[in-house]
Amino acid sequence: MRIGTAKENYIADEALFDTNVQRGWMIALIAALIALPFLSGQYAIYLVCLVLINIVSTTGLNILTGFTGLVSLGQAAFMGVGAYIVAIMEIHLGTPFLLNLIVAGFGAALVGIIVGLPSLRVKGLYLAIATIAASVILHFVFANWTSVTGGVSGLSMPPASFFGSELIQPDQVYWMIMPITVIMLFGAANLFRTRIGRAFIAIRDRDISAEVLGIRLLRYKLMSFAISSFYAGVAGGLWAYFFRVITPESFPLLMSIFFLAAIIVGGMGSILGGILGAVFMTMVPEVLKMMVGVLSPIWPDAVAVMSPVRIIVFGALIIFFLIFEPEGLAEIWRKIRRFFHLWPFKT
Amino acid sequence: MQTTEVSNLKAPPSPQAAERDILSVEGLSLSFGGVKALQHVSFNVKEGSVTSVIGPNGAGKTSLFNSISGFYTPNEGNVNFLGKNVNKVAPPDRAEMGMARTFQNIALFKGMTVLDNIKLGRHAHLKTNLLEALCYFGPARRTEEALRKEVEERIIDFLEIDHIRNSSVASLSYGLQKRVELARALAMQPKILLLDEPVAGMNREETEDMARFILDVKEEWGVTVLMVEHDMGLVMDISDHVVCINFGQVITEGLPHDVQAHPDVISAYLGSGDVATLRKKFKAGR
Amino acid sequence: MDWLFFSEIGLAGIGTGGLYAVAGLAFVLIYKATRVVNMAMGELLMAGAYIFIGFSAGLALPVWISIPLTILATGLLGGVIERTIIRPMLGENAISIFMVTIGLGSVLVGLVEIFWGADPHRLVDFIPSDPIFIGEAYLSPKVGYGFAVAAVIIGLFLVVFRTWRGGVALRATAGDQAAAYSMGINVPKVFSLVWVIAAMIAAIGGILVGSIGGVSPSMGVYGLSVLVVVIIGGLDSLLGALIAGIFVGLIETYAGAYLGGEYKMLATFSLLVLILVVRPYGLFGTHEIERL
Repeated sequence: MRIGTAKENYIADEALFDTNVQRGWMIALIAALIALPFLSGQYAIYLVCLVLINIVSTTGLNILTGFTGLVSLGQAAFMGVGAYIVAIMEIHLGTPFLLNLIVAGFGAALVGIIVGLPSLRVKGLYLAIATIAASVILHFVFANWTSVTGGVSGLSMPPASFFGSELIQPDQVYWMIMPITVIMLFGAANLFRTRIGRAFIAIRDRDISAEVLGIRLLRYKLMSFAISSFYAGVAGGLWAYFFRVITPESFPLLMSIFFLAAIIVGGMGSILGGILGAVFMTMVPEVLKMMVGVLSPIWPDAVAVMSPVRIIVFGALIIFFLIFEPEGLAEIWRKIRRFFHLWPFKT
Repeated sequence: MQTTEVSNLKAPPSPQAAERDILSVEGLSLSFGGVKALQHVSFNVKEGSVTSVIGPNGAGKTSLFNSISGFYTPNEGNVNFLGKNVNKVAPPDRAEMGMARTFQNIALFKGMTVLDNIKLGRHAHLKTNLLEALCYFGPARRTEEALRKEVEERIIDFLEIDHIRNSSVASLSYGLQKRVELARALAMQPKILLLDEPVAGMNREETEDMARFILDVKEEWGVTVLMVEHDMGLVMDISDHVVCINFGQVITEGLPHDVQAHPDVISAYLGSGDVATLRKKFKAGR
Repeated sequence: MDWLFFSEIGLAGIGTGGLYAVAGLAFVLIYKATRVVNMAMGELLMAGAYIFIGFSAGLALPVWISIPLTILATGLLGGVIERTIIRPMLGENAISIFMVTIGLGSVLVGLVEIFWGADPHRLVDFIPSDPIFIGEAYLSPKVGYGFAVAAVIIGLFLVVFRTWRGGVALRATAGDQAAAYSMGINVPKVFSLVWVIAAMIAAIGGILVGSIGGVSPSMGVYGLSVLVVVIIGGLDSLLGALIAGIFVGLIETYAGAYLGGEYKMLATFSLLVLILVVRPYGLFGTHEIERL
């Protein structure tokens, strides 16, 4: 147990951030998020938006895979459902973006529940494969239900509007993406302080004995699917507002693998892990791009090698973390924290 | 809400209730393919008692437990709990009715702390819905606070596990894990507690602690206990009623010492032979 | 209905199915012995096909030398994969290992792109090109000969699996790892061996598939169809892989011919969903009893 953290009541001991230092960091982080658009250029904000969208979707997948133990390779497809719903509502109805996003979330959640239905009968790998099937089938729907989805050429949609002003540039859309991400992260963290979150973890760790404790497996597995795909749907909706062009190829199976990689690298079953993983995995290609920029004067082929190297690094990270640090970046973070907690004295 | 929970747990068994059967098993038969695990097993568990099921390895004790808690659907016969036939009731619903159990090979959640494991026991009795959970502030927080208070003050204190409340269960010794499992079962506010080999693999001191806890559960908490156990010493010391089964059938049942002295029980444990010598061996071993 | 067309499509479907069966065989072999669901099966096929290009076009070796060299090299690759990536994961939960193989697939794709670029390649033509007629129905020679080779490989494998001592060790390991270990079977060695053999089979599959349709780094998609095959057949059933391979090949080809190319995946994956709902452990798979 950490020293200097004596509590006087149970509420304090159950708090999300239990030390003043943690609360201070949290406030600093939120302040930084608010100050960001005033301090940095469009490209940096563009990247931050992308990271935030990925955080929402990764956190959703973490709830399902990291906390409930149900592996899904359908997260990108669920995002697609959300993105199409937002685009269609924006194009045909012009309803407020918040409503569109919520509908996108519920739409994706509904699809998630349907995909999750086999989860009582099949588990583990079979379920993962069922979610691959779901993404193939959803991709088919996106590409071939032309009257609604625009077929292979997809949909272009108008920007979101907020009290009459249109959100076009990254620093404008940012004000939609950032608060929603923060709220959804708090929601996810809160979930695991209550019986619902505990039930998810129980299902992950030993799903048969969870039943003896009165946890209804099907209900909670479906709930996990629903929450996870709700997050994906909202993330997809944000994605749609951010890029404003949606095609069936926008949400490939590889993207689902990306989210899976993000929770592996970040740390399964840890909200912080999902955040770290999404940041890390989104930034890796950017770092590689920068390295190519540095290298290309000396080594002209660098640009050509960039794409395959990215793919290799992506796979190698998955392998590396699974073998050497299965608890991911979150665990590395905890180790660093432990180290500095009593620094310079050894614990 | 808190007051009702506490009073439920604290209620001492009333004298009349002691005569009532809280659980009755009638003609239970179960087979896996050609193997007959249970054949027409019948017995009753009186409210407020400690009833033990004994029998050699492979006699069908765990199958019996799994049928009572609803994992196996018996081919024939009934399980009645609180005067109601529960044959068609799924395990989670039996839990909600007040049936708690522990497992022979510990079924704790390895990824959670001791505290969270125990809190999980209350799952069926909490009402927090998804929206409240996501917001946390408000009803969810009040529920969690009340739960934490009760777990701390009634269960963790009682079982003397306050020093490990924030440890991960994977890091605990076998004896402590068994104790945490009991804590979790108690958090379920059970009316009956099914213990599957509560002291298997424990040393003498841990066994004695566990015996004390089981008796306290019966006397202070007013919870009926049904256990499967091999440790004859423990069974003889704390049981009010003993049922001996072998080859899936009830051989005999009754008071501990009557059962212990029963020739069929002795031969079930020690093989056939001259009953008098076997009896001597059997007693010497204890 | 044009029965000639129908039967020609059927033949082509069986031909395609034969190749699925080969890939499915390699998949089931790994699963049966090591309980690893190898999501990189398509990529392993791809690696085999590219290694063949390396020998036959890159080094300009004759086909009949390139083929055995490819098989050996891919086998070696399989062994290396087992030792470096799969072995450290022994004892981890099935889902972690499953994800390791996803990472592996990604690495293989990247490596292939570095050496050969992202564009599709054609393999050196070595399959006879005179048309085959079965009755009146025409069968593409590549598919026909591909099927014949596939059938021979499968037959050979089954004979070896049943009779050779190593095959017996393998089956023992598949049955119960701990028991096999205690009977003196060198389980880690069996694991390596299984990956080597499976990679060799994958190499043959890759060469055949590549000769028919060319190769590209996106060949991993082929692995998805193989996945459908083994799930339908049952993950741990060799016979299931063979039958389901043919079955999926037929379904896919008919869907492609009568409904259009975009329906191929839809058809096979809908079938997959149906199987998962009706018979989750596949047509011939073993239903594992859950222990408390």
